[in-house]
Amino acid sequence: MTGVLGAALPLVPFAMALLGFLLPQASHLWAGFLGIVGAGVALVVAIVLAFTVDGLVETSHTVATFGEFEVTFGVRLDSAAAYVAIAVGVVALAVQVFSTAYLRSDDRYAPYAAQISLFTAAMLIVVVAGDLIMLLIGWEVMGICSYLLIAHDRRLPEAPAAAVKAFLVTRVGDVGFLLGIVILGVRAGSFRLADVLAPGVLDPTTITVVCLLLLCGVAGKSAQFPLHTWLPDAMAGPTPISALIHAATMVAAGIYVVARLFPLFLASSTALNVLAVVAAVTMLLGALAATVQDDIKRVLAWSTVSQIAYMTGALAVGAPAAALFHLLTHAAFKALLFLAAGSVIHAVGTNLMSHMGGLRRSMPVTFWCTTIGLASLVGLPPLSGFFSKEEILHVAVAGSGWRNLLVYGVGLATVFITAGYATRVWLRTFFGQPRSREASHGHEPSRLMAWPVVALAVPSALLGFVALSPAFAEALGAPEGFTIGAEAAAPVAWAALAIGGVWWAWRLRPADDPARVLGPLRPLFGNAFYLDAVQHALVVRPVTALARAVRRADESGVDGVVEATGQGTLSLGGVVARAHRAGLPRAVTAVLGGAAVLGLAAVAIVGVWP
Amino acid sequence: MMHPVLPYVIAALLFGLGVYGVLTRRNAVLLLMAVELILNAVNLVLVTADTTVRAVLPHTGGVFALFVIVLAAAEVGVGLAIVLQLYRLRQSVQVDEVPLSYEMRPDAAGSGEAVPLDGDTWSPNARAVSPWSVEVIP
Amino acid sequence: MTTADILMLALGAVAVGAAAAVVTTRQIVRAGLWLVVALGSLAGLYLILSAELVAWVQVLIYVGAVVVLLLFAVMLTRAPIGVSADLDRSRWPGLLIGGGAGLGLAALLIDAYRWSTVDLVTGAGAKEVGTAIFRSWVLPFEVLSVLLLAALVGAIVISRPDVSARTGR
Repeated sequence: MTGVLGAALPLVPFAMALLGFLLPQASHLWAGFLGIVGAGVALVVAIVLAFTVDGLVETSHTVATFGEFEVTFGVRLDSAAAYVAIAVGVVALAVQVFSTAYLRSDDRYAPYAAQISLFTAAMLIVVVAGDLIMLLIGWEVMGICSYLLIAHDRRLPEAPAAAVKAFLVTRVGDVGFLLGIVILGVRAGSFRLADVLAPGVLDPTTITVVCLLLLCGVAGKSAQFPLHTWLPDAMAGPTPISALIHAATMVAAGIYVVARLFPLFLASSTALNVLAVVAAVTMLLGALAATVQDDIKRVLAWSTVSQIAYMTGALAVGAPAAALFHLLTHAAFKALLFLAAGSVIHAVGTNLMSHMGGLRRSMPVTFWCTTIGLASLVGLPPLSGFFSKEEILHVAVAGSGWRNLLVYGVGLATVFITAGYATRVWLRTFFGQPRSREASHGHEPSRLMAWPVVALAVPSALLGFVALSPAFAEALGAPEGFTIGAEAAAPVAWAALAIGGVWWAWRLRPADDPARVLGPLRPLFGNAFYLDAVQHALVVRPVTALARAVRRADESGVDGVVEATGQGTLSLGGVVARAHRAGLPRAVTAVLGGAAVLGLAAVAIVGVWP
Repeated sequence: MMHPVLPYVIAALLFGLGVYGVLTRRNAVLLLMAVELILNAVNLVLVTADTTVRAVLPHTGGVFALFVIVLAAAEVGVGLAIVLQLYRLRQSVQVDEVPLSYEMRPDAAGSGEAVPLDGDTWSPNARAVSPWSVEVIP
Repeated sequence: MTTADILMLALGAVAVGAAAAVVTTRQIVRAGLWLVVALGSLAGLYLILSAELVAWVQVLIYVGAVVVLLLFAVMLTRAPIGVSADLDRSRWPGLLIGGGAGLGLAALLIDAYRWSTVDLVTGAGAKEVGTAIFRSWVLPFEVLSVLLLAALVGAIVISRPDVSARTGR
C-alpha cells in the first residue's frame, strides 16, 4: 500500500502535466485546475504517507536489464522522504494557486502550469526514488523544467540568456553527477539505493571519487560555489517560479541527495572537507552579495545561496538531520518571502527597492507575512528559522575538528550579515516614504495571491515547535533529538547587533540605502566579487570560440567536402559536355584520329609487323 | 603481269592525303573534295584487290567500286545542298565557325541575342584568322 | 618492271601529286581543277588494271558530274577567285593523323605484298560486271536506286529557298 502511494506521489502531477500540455495555450481555467489538482493530490498523498510510514519501505520493479546491470523503478520511503514530499507539495500548491492570479494576463498559461506540474513530479521522483537511475531521471527533468520556466516570459530580453545560463551551469555539474552515479552503480553491481548503501560493498577510493563527482552535481543544482552564478540571473523568470524552483525545491534537491546517500559521504573525509570549504565560502559569498543588491529578487536569490550553504555546512559536520530540518524551514520561509515579493512587485510594478518604500501602510498583510519570513530567515526566536539554524550551529560547535570550527565561525559571521541584509530589505521596502508614484499607490493583492502567502507564514512561524517533538527529530534521522543549548545566545546577539546597526544607518537618512556605509565595497559585493566575469573569461569565451571553430570546420570542412563533391561532379559534367559539344572539325579529327589509332592497335595485336 | 604493291601504295598515299585535307581545310567545299580523294583511294584498293584476291564471286571489287562511285555521287549531291543552305543562312561556309548550340543572352534592347556556345565566335563579318596562328584543337 | 608497272608508276605519281595539290593549294578553283587531274589519272589506273567499266564510269560520274558539282558549289558560295589566305586550319593534326594513316597503310601493304606479281587477266568489263551485278548483287543494286532517289529528294528539300526565309536573317 505504501509502495503504491509512493508511486502515486509523482505520477499524479505527471499525469496532470501531460493533460496540461494538451490544452490550448491561452487556457486559464482548466490549466489552473489541473495544476492545483495535481499539487493538491500530491500533498494529500504525502501527508498520508507521513502518517503511515514507519521505518523504511522499499519496492522495486526491474524495468530493463543491460548485461549484468538492472535498471529498476521503485521507491525508498522513510519519514524524512515523506516530510520533504509534504514540503514540496505545500510549496507547489501555494505556487499554483498564486500563479493563477499573478499570471492572469499571460497568454501562455497552460504550458506554464503544466511545466510546474511536471517539475513537481520530477522533484517528487527525486524524493522517493529507490534507484539511482530513477533519481537521475527526476534530476534531469527538473533541469529541463527550470530552463523552460525561466524562459517563460518571451518579452523579457534577459530571460532566454538566463535560462541558457542556468541550464548550462547546472549541466556542467550534472556531468560529474552522472559519472558519479555510473561509477557507483557499476562498482556496487546494482543501481538500487539499498544495494549501494549497504556497508562493505565499495572500497574507500571508489567512495571518495564517487562522492566528489556527486558533489559536482550538488554544487550545480544547489548553486554552491563555484557553480552558483546562475541563480541570481534566474530571477528573470516569473516570481512564483523563483519561489518554487529556486528557493524551496530544486536547489534543495542536491542537499536531499547528499542526505540520502550520507553513509557514503560519512566514509569519505575528503568529501566532507570539500563540503565544509564550499559551505564556508558560499555562505559568506551569498550573504555579502545580498547586502548591496537593489533588486529585491536578487537579494532573495543570494540569500538562498547563503542558506543552502548552511545546509551544506550541516552535512559537512555530519548532521544530515539538521540539514533536512533547515531544508524544510527554508522551504517555508523562502517560498513565503518570494511570493510576498511577488505581491509587492505586482503592486508596485518594479523589482527595484529604490522605487519602493512605505508599503507598510498600504499592504499590511503582506507586510506582516514578510516580517515573519525575514525574522525566520535571520533566526529570531521563536520562529522556525531560529530552531533549524541553532541546531546547525549547535552540532557544529559540539563536535571537534577544523571542519566544525570553520562551519561554526563562518556560520556565526553569516548570521550577522544575514540579519543586516534582511533588515535592509525590510526597511527599504516597507518603511519610510514611497519613492515612486507606484509605491504610493500600493495595494493588497487579490485573495488568490494573498492566501498562499498567509498559508506559508504558518509553517514559517510554527514549524520550529514541531522540532521539539522527539519523533520528528528521529524521523529526520537524529535519534538524539534536536536541542537548543546555551550557545544559542551568541547568534541571536549578533543578529540583534546587526539589526540595530542597520536600523541606525537607515534612521540617519531614511531615504537612502543603508548599505551606503559599505562605501567602496559596494561594487565588489554587488558583482559578487566579479566571479561572473571570471567565469565568463575562463569558461564561456573559450567554449564559444571552440564552438565557433567547430562550426566553421563543419561548414567549410564537412559541408565543404559534400558540396565540393556535388560541385566537382557538376564541373566535370560541364567539362565533358564542352568536350562533347565539338564542332565539325574537332569531331572529324577525333574520328579519324581514333580510327588511325585503332588500326595501329589492330595491327599491333594481330602481329603483322615483325 | 604487274606488281600489285604499286597501286596499293598509291591508294594508301591518296588516303593519307585525303585525311590530311579533311582535317586541315576550312572551306566546306574543299573538305568535300578531300573526302572524294578518300573515296577514290578506297576504290583503287577495291579494284586492285580484284586482281590479287581470288574471290568466290568474280569481279566483286569492280562491282563494289561502282557502288562506291554511286554513293559518292549521292553524298556529294546532298552535301553540297547542305553547303548551299548553310551559305544562304550564314554567308560563310567555314566549317569551324558553325556553332553547335546557342544560349540566349539578353541584350540592351530587352530581346534575346543568341550567342554561340561552343566557344567559336560567329559574326556576319568574321575576321579572318591567319592560317599560321596556332589554334590548339582540343 | 613491266610496262604495266611503269605506266602505273607514272599515273600514280600524277595522281598523288594532283591530290597533294588539291589539299594544299591556296586557290579554291584550282583545287577543283587539280581534283580533275587526280581523278582522271585514277581512271587511267583503272584501265591498266583492266577495269574498263569502272574507269569509264569514273570519268563519267566523278570527273563529269561530281567535280562539276563541286565547282558549281564553289561559285555559288562566292569563293574568292585567286589566293585566299585563310583556307587552312592548324596543320599539325592533319599531318600527324593523315601522314600516320597514309604511311602506316603504305607500310602495311608493302609488308603484305612485297614484290609479288599477279597476272593481269580480263578485268571488270561491261559484260562481266553486268553479269556479276544482276546475278549476285541485285539487291544492293536496287537499294542503291532507292538511295539515289532519297538523295535526290533530300537535296531538293534541303536547298529550298523558303527554308532560309523562315529561319534565316
